[in-house]
Amino acid sequence: MAENEIAPAETPAPENPLRVLGTAMADAAQGAVTDVTLERAGAELVLRVQRDALIPVMTLLHDDPRFAFEQCMDICAVDWPENAERFEVVYNLLSLTHNHRVRVVVTTDEATPVASVVGIWPGVTWFEREVWDMHGVVFAGQSDLRRILTDYGFEGHPLRKDFPMTGYVELRYDEELKRVAYAPVQLTQEFRDFDYMSPWEAMTTLPGDEKVHQNRLEGPAA
Amino acid sequence: MSAQPLPQIGELPPETVTRTLEGGDSHTINFGPQHPAAHGVLRLVLEMKGEVVERADPHVGLLHRGTEKLIEHKTYIQALPYFDRLDYVAPMSMEHSFALATERLLGIEVPERAQYIRVLFAEVSRLLNHLLNITTYVMDCGGITPALWGFEQRETLLEFYEQVSGSHYHANYFRPGGVAKDLPPGMEKNIADWANKFPDFIRDMERLVTENRIFKQRTVDIGIISPEQAIEWGFSGPCLRASGCAWDLRKSQPYDVYDRMEFDVPVGTRGDCYDRYLVRVLEMKESLKIIHQCLAQMKPGPIKTQDHKITPPKRGEMKRSMEALIHHFKLYTEGYHVPAGATYTVTEAPKGEFGVYLVADGSNKPYRCKIRSPGYAHLQAMELLSKGHMLADAVAIIGSLDVVFGEIDR
Repeated sequence: MAENEIAPAETPAPENPLRVLGTAMADAAQGAVTDVTLERAGAELVLRVQRDALIPVMTLLHDDPRFAFEQCMDICAVDWPENAERFEVVYNLLSLTHNHRVRVVVTTDEATPVASVVGIWPGVTWFEREVWDMHGVVFAGQSDLRRILTDYGFEGHPLRKDFPMTGYVELRYDEELKRVAYAPVQLTQEFRDFDYMSPWEAMTTLPGDEKVHQNRLEGPAA
Repeated sequence: MSAQPLPQIGELPPETVTRTLEGGDSHTINFGPQHPAAHGVLRLVLEMKGEVVERADPHVGLLHRGTEKLIEHKTYIQALPYFDRLDYVAPMSMEHSFALATERLLGIEVPERAQYIRVLFAEVSRLLNHLLNITTYVMDCGGITPALWGFEQRETLLEFYEQVSGSHYHANYFRPGGVAKDLPPGMEKNIADWANKFPDFIRDMERLVTENRIFKQRTVDIGIISPEQAIEWGFSGPCLRASGCAWDLRKSQPYDVYDRMEFDVPVGTRGDCYDRYLVRVLEMKESLKIIHQCLAQMKPGPIKTQDHKITPPKRGEMKRSMEALIHHFKLYTEGYHVPAGATYTVTEAPKGEFGVYLVADGSNKPYRCKIRSPGYAHLQAMELLSKGHMLADAVAIIGSLDVVFGEIDR
């Protein structure tokens, strides 16, 4: 125990190289990076960036030889409806020269556009189209913001958390009209979305067992 | 196109009159979604000037099944089989990314034998994929025989799939924490025997294709992409290596036991359709090397983590142990809870970087699971690759990109 108390003061643990890299990025971005975190016990670097400063930060990450993120491998969005800015737009960048990755996260809501990074990586158009299609995030400066994975004339954004999994319309081939016809979804049985969170918790408290139940919910009384 | 005497404009019904633009005639072609050379349900809208492609606009999503939405409603165990249905040409490679992502969020280690089995079957999957791609690609360019031969080889490999998982395609074999079952007795020898014979097939196929005059006329200098372009368009895998970038995730960011494997990374020089073919052929030979090394280095041992809160207990144990029975019940109703966090986990799938961006919120279901498929990025560059080429070249380019709509449309 005594050794443990002394050791950190004399020989600080070698700094995680990703932490060093993240700090260098935050310094170079001059305040545009709001947060540098390491996910998964220091294995993945995550930068949270102010939405307005996305383009300068991305340009920096692409152009600066210390970072050199030549590839934008993926763009996706995550919906957190309880947040004021409900969408996180996540960019996964890869540097081939340095063999490192970074995740850049900006937040937005349904109405506020995010600047498109198509000027930095031309291959992001389809990823931005997909985010628009699936979540309804608008990308300013993206000239080709058509839907990509859903049907022509589809309404709604299916990967939003408030979009039901069954959707709203179903398709069938109409023999009389000789074309595909849309109709509201009709399920022959209700969709079975079981709450499996804990089969034990769902059991009613048996007489005489109230204290155990209470302890489980609130922790044992001090 | 056969030369026919051109009818006068007045003789044609109005809908067949071609639109005439300044500098020659221009028209739009709908290529697919039902066309054998579209490799699935690709609708490619081609704007042609004569027989030269002016614009290519791929319309994807005809096979969109909402995999990502479905996964949000399933436990981690239930989500895994969806990955077999993405790139259905090499199902286990897709499972690999998801299994690794879940393991990384759970923070668990996988026994060594399971890692070897996974690498072994990842390479079997790579062979499955390249066999299908190369042979159908040659078929697009007019050669029927390689496809007939290659599918026989694929059948053998799919039987290996069946022996370990019970199914040719919907394997559900790589699980978070290891693999579902150990290899059956004699399996290692069967694979070794097959791997000793397989070079003969590659040699025969290469004799048919590699120096074939017609194949080379159709592919050399077609659909060239420079290394700089390939990088900025998000290329990965064989398509990136064909342009001359020696980038392979199995080498640069190794997972499982790839760091113990000795193999070379074949690299092209020109980045044309022919190089993409050659890189895949050479990769098949490298895959064989890895398979041999796996078989030689594998030792008996557990094939999944022994934490029965993550992996199911043995059937025999369940007959005797109450705890095993409880674990089994909990696992197949509630599943396991994954601590909150996010990971972007990638593997070198046969087509390129297959990534899973998995967000866990501490519950038993993924909060978000974004699937990054390599073919999506490759197909996007279709216009860049085919502009200025003939219509028939567009077919060769689609074949060389190795698109499978299960993974592109998700």
